[in-house]
Amino acid sequence: MQRTQNPSELSSIARQIRRHIVTMITAAKSGHPGGSLSAVELLVTLYWDVLRHDPANPKWPERDRFILSKGHAAPVLYSVMAECGYTPVETLNTLRKLGSIYQGHPDVRFIPALEASTGSLGEGLSLALGMGLAAKLDKSPSRAYVVLGDGEIQEGQIWEAAMFGAFHKVDNVCAIVDYNGIQLDGFVKDILDLSPLAEKWRSFGWHTLEIDGHDIPAIQKAFAEAAATKGKPTCIVAHTVKGKGVSFMENNPKWHGVAPKPEELELALKELA
Amino acid sequence: MPANVKYELKLGAATREAFGKTLAALGHENQNIVVGDADLTKSTMTTYFAKEFPERLFECGIAEANMVAIGAGLALAGKVPFVSSFSAFVMTKGFEQLRCLVAYPNVNLKVVGTHSGISIGEDGPSQMSMEDLALACALPNFTVLSPADEVATEWAVRWAAEHVGPVFIRTGRVKVPVIYPAGSKFEIGKAVELVSGTDVTLVATGLVVAEAIRAAEQLEGEGISARVLDIHTIKPIDEEAIGRAAAETGALVVAEEHLVDSGLGVRVAQAAAKTHPAPIEFVGLTDFAESATPDELLDKYGMRAENIAAAARRVLARKK
Repeated sequence: MQRTQNPSELSSIARQIRRHIVTMITAAKSGHPGGSLSAVELLVTLYWDVLRHDPANPKWPERDRFILSKGHAAPVLYSVMAECGYTPVETLNTLRKLGSIYQGHPDVRFIPALEASTGSLGEGLSLALGMGLAAKLDKSPSRAYVVLGDGEIQEGQIWEAAMFGAFHKVDNVCAIVDYNGIQLDGFVKDILDLSPLAEKWRSFGWHTLEIDGHDIPAIQKAFAEAAATKGKPTCIVAHTVKGKGVSFMENNPKWHGVAPKPEELELALKELA
Repeated sequence: MPANVKYELKLGAATREAFGKTLAALGHENQNIVVGDADLTKSTMTTYFAKEFPERLFECGIAEANMVAIGAGLALAGKVPFVSSFSAFVMTKGFEQLRCLVAYPNVNLKVVGTHSGISIGEDGPSQMSMEDLALACALPNFTVLSPADEVATEWAVRWAAEHVGPVFIRTGRVKVPVIYPAGSKFEIGKAVELVSGTDVTLVATGLVVAEAIRAAEQLEGEGISARVLDIHTIKPIDEEAIGRAAAETGALVVAEEHLVDSGLGVRVAQAAAKTHPAPIEFVGLTDFAESATPDELLDKYGMRAENIAAAARRVLARKK
């Protein structure tokens, strides 16, 4: 893979990732397009610019760790890992099929380069904190990044972990909330409102930033600030659009967990050309 | 262990105490061992480790689900974490995390439940774990250990630290009789025949093993030759020893400080059904208990040698 910090190059990679996402979910006939599309710029910026990782040496002990706590957005992670060279691009369309390494939710048994199996919501922040503690004990420069869904953080364990992370000063952990405002049953504000979200993280002792989660330079700046922040972990509240990049999916709860039909895929790919 | 030795059964340490001391000793031997606790270090006895290695003990507060998951993260990054709390809490509040973050991806986490069973005593049913073995055995990839005394506990903790994969160890609050000579070696998944016998086999685990030995002595006085098996490894269970006991003695009694419908008894019955079916009687718990001293509870809820001996007489009556 060719690392880059150039926002327009990252943006063009993001477009390719979006094409993979809608194509593979259409082929699977099930999956979660909305929350995969909302996290694209976050993951692309991490994997091509920020993370210290090596697809040729996935178990390098001092690598940075990435955990997709909102495991149902697996298509974005699979597309990114495939484009980085961890897994084959040509089999992405086997998503969710018998024998595929691209399981419905990320599964280390099928892709050992994954840092964790996820899927049951609310658990990834604790995993990242455990990895951060281990890196501190080992005096390793390794950092841990974890993407959380907004609906996901309704889980109580997230706030147990938030208390723990600040108390133990796990400053090598960066949590990113993909705040797209929609969960399965509808808009987050109508299901169990999270606001004021940034204030919640601040009051739990986290260095907290709010950004536009599709603005690549803003994402780069936020990760740089997170890495420079000592004594407390960082939470980036990334305001995103569910279904971003495909006009008819944007900000529409219907597209949380429904696959496009072939004719819808055609329209989506035209927009993502 | 030689068969038909006489056991002194002198009171020794609680198995949680043996866990804590062994863990502190292991801390010196393996720098990768780290510990998580949920505001119970003085009860789970991880306090011994905390005193020597404060930077390697992570206090999680009263948040068991997070503790299990922090442990999983530490393990994924190469550490050998032990997380500990009362069995009643870590196995229930942490169960989903044990299922998805530990069992399913086969993560190298060690879980030590303390204060198991009703012998916690005065604190009452909310703190009593009667279903921890059922929960642990429901997790693929887990090895489940239930040591009977301080010697077996030291072995279990040391085995868990060496083994790569998830382990649950069940320990108790109260002091228990010492059965094994110091430094005894055990084999994972292999029952120990503590007393040899030909008429009936008493299969037990945890603090009930000493009661089973006493029951065998009582039965001997009645001319009944009872074999005693200590099942220190609940999973994988020793099907061979159970099948042989069923074939050679023709009747089994299973005794445990756990719900009878979901613990050692059902696993023994399954093993016997697969190898050599025989009549079985079950000694264990059937409902939530109450507050009292541990001894009063063990008497009232039928965890004593007398209860096991009575079950042996019942099963002998059923034996053709």
